[in-house]
Amino acid sequence: MSTADYAKARETTEGKVFTVTGGDWDTVVGGHDPVSEERIVVNMGPQHPSTHGVLRLVLELEGETVTEARAVVGYLHTGIEKNLEYRNWTQGTTFVTRADYLAPIFNETAYCIAVERLLGIDEEIPQRANTIRVLMMELNRIASHLVWLATTGMELGALSMMIYGFREREFILDIFEIASGLRMNMAYIRPGGLAQDLPPEGVAKIREFLKFMPKRIDEYERLLSGNTVWLQRTQGVAYLDATGCLALGITGPVLRAAGLAWDLRKTMPYCGYETYDFEVPTSTDADVWARYQVRINEMRQSLRIVEQALNRLQPGPIMVENRKIAWPAQLAVGADGLGNSLEHVAKIMGQSMEALIHHFKLVTEGFRVPPGQVYVSIEAPRGELGVHAVSDGGTRPYRVHYRDPSFVNLQAIPALAEGGLLADVIAGGASLDPVMGGCDR
Amino acid sequence: MTTTGPAEEPGGVPVSEPPVGATSGAPAEFPPASPAGRGMFGVAGSGDTSGFGGLVRRRVAVVGSPRPYGGYFDEVYDALEEAYPGFDDAIEKVVVDRGELTLHIRPERIREVCQAMRDDAALRFELCSSVSGVDYLGTDERRLHVVYQLTSLTFRRRVRLEAAVSADDPHLPSVTSVYPTADWQEREAYDMFGVIFDGHPNLTRILMPDDWEGYPQRKDYPLGGVPVEYKGAEIPPPDLRRSYQ
Repeated sequence: MSTADYAKARETTEGKVFTVTGGDWDTVVGGHDPVSEERIVVNMGPQHPSTHGVLRLVLELEGETVTEARAVVGYLHTGIEKNLEYRNWTQGTTFVTRADYLAPIFNETAYCIAVERLLGIDEEIPQRANTIRVLMMELNRIASHLVWLATTGMELGALSMMIYGFREREFILDIFEIASGLRMNMAYIRPGGLAQDLPPEGVAKIREFLKFMPKRIDEYERLLSGNTVWLQRTQGVAYLDATGCLALGITGPVLRAAGLAWDLRKTMPYCGYETYDFEVPTSTDADVWARYQVRINEMRQSLRIVEQALNRLQPGPIMVENRKIAWPAQLAVGADGLGNSLEHVAKIMGQSMEALIHHFKLVTEGFRVPPGQVYVSIEAPRGELGVHAVSDGGTRPYRVHYRDPSFVNLQAIPALAEGGLLADVIAGGASLDPVMGGCDR
Repeated sequence: MTTTGPAEEPGGVPVSEPPVGATSGAPAEFPPASPAGRGMFGVAGSGDTSGFGGLVRRRVAVVGSPRPYGGYFDEVYDALEEAYPGFDDAIEKVVVDRGELTLHIRPERIREVCQAMRDDAALRFELCSSVSGVDYLGTDERRLHVVYQLTSLTFRRRVRLEAAVSADDPHLPSVTSVYPTADWQEREAYDMFGVIFDGHPNLTRILMPDDWEGYPQRKDYPLGGVPVEYKGAEIPPPDLRRSYQ
């Protein structure tokens, strides 16, 4: 394709109009006279310190005012959905966790609930597995909101917020490491339950976190909420009301900051959320300030849920009973540092050839999932995370689609930015909390 | 859906194929020989003598569900029948499976049905949660399905609409005028499956580069991987690797 096809220019009654697509910057700038025209076209990103990941914004400016904004995505497309179709259902978890890298537990849980519903075992998930799922999701929600607070603080000039936000997030990642062995992209939630049990050290670490975290959240508020610069940069900026949110499909904190208390944990509960006592924070200001307050309060509510989940943790299985789905051995780290189960090794080597065959088949071939399709949605930190999973009866997903909230929410960029100031594009974009790994998948 | 088996190969023995995309590294020149789900091991020509490589799995046809559908599904069905005049003509099939309602809609009617679903006081599906494509290659004549997940915040309900088009004529009306949120999601379905949404304000690729050829998530789209040498052994790319289907 030649350069001319990338950015075609055509004359309209309002002047020359370019259709901007990609790799076309010279054409756009070259066909435009910056001296006699007041209009400026600015290309922000894909690499810019104030864009989240590789997001590109094409802005048309008149002075400092943005007259037109267009978001260009796709720079981080990794073909996760296509890859899933070439791996078995269990392996899928390791792929989906890498989509929205700030909310891996949510990606895994949504996928696993979808697989479980396709299998028809969603009612058989053990209590302990569900409780740990809730526990991990809420910790992950706090970690994700902390990164939002840290990066948004940095972008609006509150640099110390970045250091504090990442410091506390690091503590949560340590908890994940104790539970799963990995800080990020854990593949901890598996179809049927969990990869491994939460060890006692993990519980102790979470208790420690619960002790200091409420004070830290108060600290962030003291640091930001009274700060004149912070107030001026957030209040009345990037307004989007509930009607606009629904039309554009915006969910999560942005919708709740516009006054609509739509939280899937309450309205369409899963994983037993209906049994936890928590509130859905809302605001009616519908600006960046409101989104900041909603997120701060959501962290407090998540702490409440984490505490309740910890208190109801009872010893028990963390995987479904069904031996056609659950892997036979509960692995533990052996003396050689490798994951192994001596008991299981003794059994398959000494007593049961059939158990060995079964184990081999289950790991290499996987389980078959009855044909059909489901749509599962959960409340991720950024809004509705939906998984549309289709099975053709085989050992691999026939099709999995991620309705990622970052992808859908980024459509609001023109609505937030147009008519505002250039500097507010940063605040407005940040208030959507887009994660490009999830957006582009 | 109709059942179509793979083309018969001489003598029932899989014929060896050159590795797809092995030379260019780019999206390969021709689609792989076997449609998805065929055989036991996915690839032909792997020296398999068990006979399982020629296995054709029975495909389950999607059949309509009888009334009553249960739950709120009957209410939604009746309300749509009342709200939308062309109802009988537009609904192809109603499927209730795993506690979810799917209305199969004739593709040319999808925009009107969405309009009724959104605006009628008894339906109120205000939010279009997701639009995605699925390619049912080999099991459906109209292989490209577009799937809409609608959510009613008022009634806390979900309904799935599904519209099927053929790869030769992949046109259906865009629902962006009803649900502006479908904008990027329809662009993604176009990008990945080549479904053309008539009336979309700016139907261009969104995730793939603008000059990309082909529609990557179609089932006959080759992965274009290259074999990798690892410790002396050559590991074929995922779509050519022998593995259970």
